[in-house]
Amino acid sequence: MDLQNIRTYFYVRKGFFRTLTVRAVDGVSLKIDQGEIVAIVGESGSGKTTLGRTALKLEKPVSGKIIFEGRDITNIKGDIKWFRRKAQMIFQDPFMSLNPYMTVKQIIEEPIVVHNFDEKERKRRILKALSDVRLLPSDEFLPKYPHMLSGGQRQRVGIARSLVLEPTLLVADEPISMIDASSRAGILFLFGEIQKKYDLGVMYITHDIATAKYVSVNIAVMYAGKIVEYGPTIEVLKNPLHPYTTALMEAVPDPDPQNRFRFRKVVPGEPPNPISPPTGCRFHPRCPYTTETCKKEEPLLKEISGRRIACHYAEKIAK
Amino acid sequence: MKLLEVEGLKLYYKTLRGPVKAVDNVEFTLEKGETLGAVGESGCGKSSTAIAIMKLLPTNVEQYEGKVLLDGMNVREFNEGEFRRKIRWKRISMVFQGAMNSLNPVLKAGFQVAEPLIVHQSMNKKEAIKKAKELFKLVGLPPDFTERYPHELSGGMKQRVAIAMALVLNPELIILDEPTSAIDVSIQAQIMNLLKRLKKELDISMMFITHDIALASDICDKIGVMYAGQIVELGPSENVLLNPKHPYTQKLIASVPLLRGDRTPEFIPGAPPDLVEPFKGCRFYPRCPYGKDEFEEKEPPLIEVEKNHFVKCWLYGDVK
Repeated sequence: MDLQNIRTYFYVRKGFFRTLTVRAVDGVSLKIDQGEIVAIVGESGSGKTTLGRTALKLEKPVSGKIIFEGRDITNIKGDIKWFRRKAQMIFQDPFMSLNPYMTVKQIIEEPIVVHNFDEKERKRRILKALSDVRLLPSDEFLPKYPHMLSGGQRQRVGIARSLVLEPTLLVADEPISMIDASSRAGILFLFGEIQKKYDLGVMYITHDIATAKYVSVNIAVMYAGKIVEYGPTIEVLKNPLHPYTTALMEAVPDPDPQNRFRFRKVVPGEPPNPISPPTGCRFHPRCPYTTETCKKEEPLLKEISGRRIACHYAEKIAK
Repeated sequence: MKLLEVEGLKLYYKTLRGPVKAVDNVEFTLEKGETLGAVGESGCGKSSTAIAIMKLLPTNVEQYEGKVLLDGMNVREFNEGEFRRKIRWKRISMVFQGAMNSLNPVLKAGFQVAEPLIVHQSMNKKEAIKKAKELFKLVGLPPDFTERYPHELSGGMKQRVAIAMALVLNPELIILDEPTSAIDVSIQAQIMNLLKRLKKELDISMMFITHDIALASDICDKIGVMYAGQIVELGPSENVLLNPKHPYTQKLIASVPLLRGDRTPEFIPGAPPDLVEPFKGCRFYPRCPYGKDEFEEKEPPLIEVEKNHFVKCWLYGDVK
């Protein structure tokens, strides 16, 4: 999948005559190769979920191009079933995203019913998907309802549902954030395993930069609708170049009893309102290195030592 | 000096399927000025322990017993009127989970902070608002924000208001139930810094409830790990984090993805037990890699393995 300069705006009515524009995603380009996991990291309101939804054509971008397997699907109308079959989503909340009145079998079967597979093929695919997500013995899970399953098991059903059409692209929106800590790593490994097995391209959307480290090859850090830093995950986390990436990492504690004796270096303020983002660099009101240039000119993504960074002083920081 | 001692605290909820043993024989002590972390996964009883201490019980309580000693006085036996007049908010206050969403939308933030002063201490409104302004400054908000309504504040600011509310009557203990769970990480770090500063400046005791053991390490002097309604390990943060003894604590720490460091996170197969079922032996037994048959039969006591470091596990005691 190749996203080119995507802008997705929402419009909200304010009073009778005014309409405000929410610039949820504001000029993002991103490529996901087959077999590649790209993590999209950002705080709430950074546009990461909207980007994922736009990639799956669940939101319509106001400009930009979505290219999937070489075809421009941005404005395709009518028959996009083939795309829906190849691009699937895993949702955040395993409690809300499964219909409580449907059995596991019905939940997983629904996509293949829509896509007209015969009875035998359906059965084969359901059992395969369940064994892929390690809900074994599969026969026992088929007649169960979601309330009979634990959070981790429910999320596995959600993953099985997305796999049953044998997609090539997965958008996973915070797939482990609602799951208990002790089961998280299990889902994370499973995810990596399935990704390899199916050679899936994955857009892994998360607010948790630490889990991104374990699953992704490349990472894109988003702030206020834009990518501020993009590069190989290992490199970015070892040596973050954008001040926002640095701040985001500094805010995350690892379990260490020494933590309590020191204050964290924090950036002041809060992420901007996407209706009226700041001029120039969107991070400038919170950035410790802000200069006049940052307030006036918007930094573009620049290539620096194999990464792309949107900061006027990235070269300086790199040195 | 001991501020709070909890002994044999039980809180069972009535359900159609039978009593849910949400808090089952919890015991711990908290010194003056100390911060205790209650860490555990959802459903382990950490929030129920908090409401059992605060006596903010829901209507479906089946059983509520044990001792909650505040300066040696069993406040659990106080009746509601007495507890409300003498203890709640005056000596023990609480920041609730999602507190930022529980502010009254039609009252100014400053008035909501000042209200307990007017009600409890019969202060006049003007003075109370003045005090609220001081508190706003203390929690890092501009004093004139007292005039704002909740919708004019961001999530992080509302959380600061909730903290100011809990501090208004100068309590000795403040219970924080997941105070940063609905907040972004960059704001979470700001709130954690605020709590650290308050801990230092006010010499206040805190009980910090969280599901995130890494976050607990950011402020707690002492950590209690809860599992299935019980504390399974309790000790100084250094011991619990660096030298965990209970297999559950060991696994829980190993399951945290590290941002700095190369360890691959692990997971615990299975799920926590159903709290309606009766228990005989160790509650972690079905998921424990070291469990022996006899551990299933008899419940382990809290065993002191090092000074002030307690573990509820038969590996450190004699099952016979």
